Amino acid sequence: MNSTPVLVIFVASIFTNNILLAGFLGMCSFLVCSNRIDTAFGLGAAVTFVMLFTTMINYLIYHYVLIPLKLEFLSYIIFIAVIAAFVQFVEMFVERFSPKLYYALGIFLPLITVNCAILGASLFMVLRKYNFAQSTFFGLGSGIGWALAIALMAGLREKMGYSNVPARLRGPGIVMLVTGIIAMTFMGFAGMLKLQ
Amino acid sequence: MIVGVLAILVTVGIFIGLAAGLIVAEKRLANYGTCTVSLNEGSVVFEQLGGITLLSTLYEHKIYIPSACGGKGSCGYCKVRVLSGGGPLLPTETPYLSRVEQRAGVRLACQVKIKENIELWIPEELLEVKEYRARVESVRSLTHDIKEINLDLIEPTEIKHRPGQYVQVLATGPEGSVYRAYSISSATYEKNKVQLIVRLVPGGVASTYLHNLKGEEEIMFTGPFGEFRLSEDPETDVVLVGGGAGMAPIANIIYSIYDRWPDRHVNFFFGVRSTHDIFYLDEFKKLAEKHKNFNVIYALSDPLKEDEKWDGDTGFIHLSLDKRLAPKHKQQAFLCGPPPMIEAVTEVLKEKKLHENNIFYDKF
Repeated sequence: MNSTPVLVIFVASIFTNNILLAGFLGMCSFLVCSNRIDTAFGLGAAVTFVMLFTTMINYLIYHYVLIPLKLEFLSYIIFIAVIAAFVQFVEMFVERFSPKLYYALGIFLPLITVNCAILGASLFMVLRKYNFAQSTFFGLGSGIGWALAIALMAGLREKMGYSNVPARLRGPGIVMLVTGIIAMTFMGFAGMLKLQ
Repeated sequence: MIVGVLAILVTVGIFIGLAAGLIVAEKRLANYGTCTVSLNEGSVVFEQLGGITLLSTLYEHKIYIPSACGGKGSCGYCKVRVLSGGGPLLPTETPYLSRVEQRAGVRLACQVKIKENIELWIPEELLEVKEYRARVESVRSLTHDIKEINLDLIEPTEIKHRPGQYVQVLATGPEGSVYRAYSISSATYEKNKVQLIVRLVPGGVASTYLHNLKGEEEIMFTGPFGEFRLSEDPETDVVLVGGGAGMAPIANIIYSIYDRWPDRHVNFFFGVRSTHDIFYLDEFKKLAEKHKNFNVIYALSDPLKEDEKWDGDTGFIHLSLDKRLAPKHKQQAFLCGPPPMIEAVTEVLKEKKLHENNIFYDKF
């Protein structure tokens, strides 16, 4: 069992071990959906929501179904199936309650399914031997961390609209550079906490 | 072996559990109940189970508003005014709506989903639009890439249209069915038939479908649509300018006019590339002999080749118009052709004192 306090896991997964900026997971939707702050917030919220609940569900399935039956090798397929089903649910939910966000996110809402950050969170949870509370806060923290990163990026990109970016770097090029710089600044948090 | 069976059982079990959860969620979340759709202050009212788009429910209830892309939100034709219950304006619609339209509540019917009671307003004449079933009576080649297609109406047996209106033909291609707009070239008094003039567009789904018709096939179309409004005042002169398959609405207007007003002034200008692209000229010359106030001008834009004989105008059609049309306030113009032609001709017409409201055009 992992003995890291829950609060440490929560803070660490937002800052020092940010799943996007330290793990570079979930880059594809990060690159595409980060040009407007409100869309970025919407997608960030959706990812956080999905990450929180899929880590919880996956924890329960992993520890109460797969381990007792010695079927750990099924974890990948089960995890991804749970995520896919849950994203479908979120899609219905968003369409019902925020059609504007639904159309703004477009294809990226169903594509949360293959957002590697979400599968990553479930796999890290297993790898680091978290208990249920730890997993829950890890999922929540990672989601918030991802949302924070995309919101930061969107804020910068909205400002960048007014700056003179060299023609060849416009679009993904400059976004990758800026992501790298943000990631380096986040490394400044590294001394604060250590996550195992 | 046991592990394998167990693995399959567990996987299937979890999948079924997830699917069941989703079905329950869909029942709860995607169920909007029965909603009332009300058109034009209650002139048409029907009940509809929520969750589907406005466009599909209108088509289901035989209200055919124009739509060329089949609900993908890429043509911007299916505009309706939503007075209440349409939800917020979506980012997929804004590119097709002007600010004035947005303020008036205009929406794209293919993007609006029915989630509550909804009130709409559509132009009255769209309520008259019907779906027609017709038999291909004959197909005739007019030039190397333009065909004339004659349709006999089966059901309903009569069509009532204004000169210059169009129908939307349901064409089947390799990737499913699409609706495409074609002007009616037969005159308005020919109530039992519809004639189309179709130019083959390389790779075009509908024109390929129509050019492959041999005769006797059944085809479907909806209509009539269109904003061409011919003045009922016989003192108003008519200027018609077309190019290529832009002949269709113009032929309709010409024959419809001379059926009702044998002495009305009509100046018809038609631009083509070479003598090989000329069609209907003899028919119109005969008509001009009968009606003294009908002038037909064809102009060739390409330089003449050695084997070609031509004694008419040469150069782009707006030059002929500039040379031959007398400035007059009281005339209407109908243009049908490629965008550069429309723009050039509109400029000339404005110089000839025509008011913008009296210039109607179809760009394609």
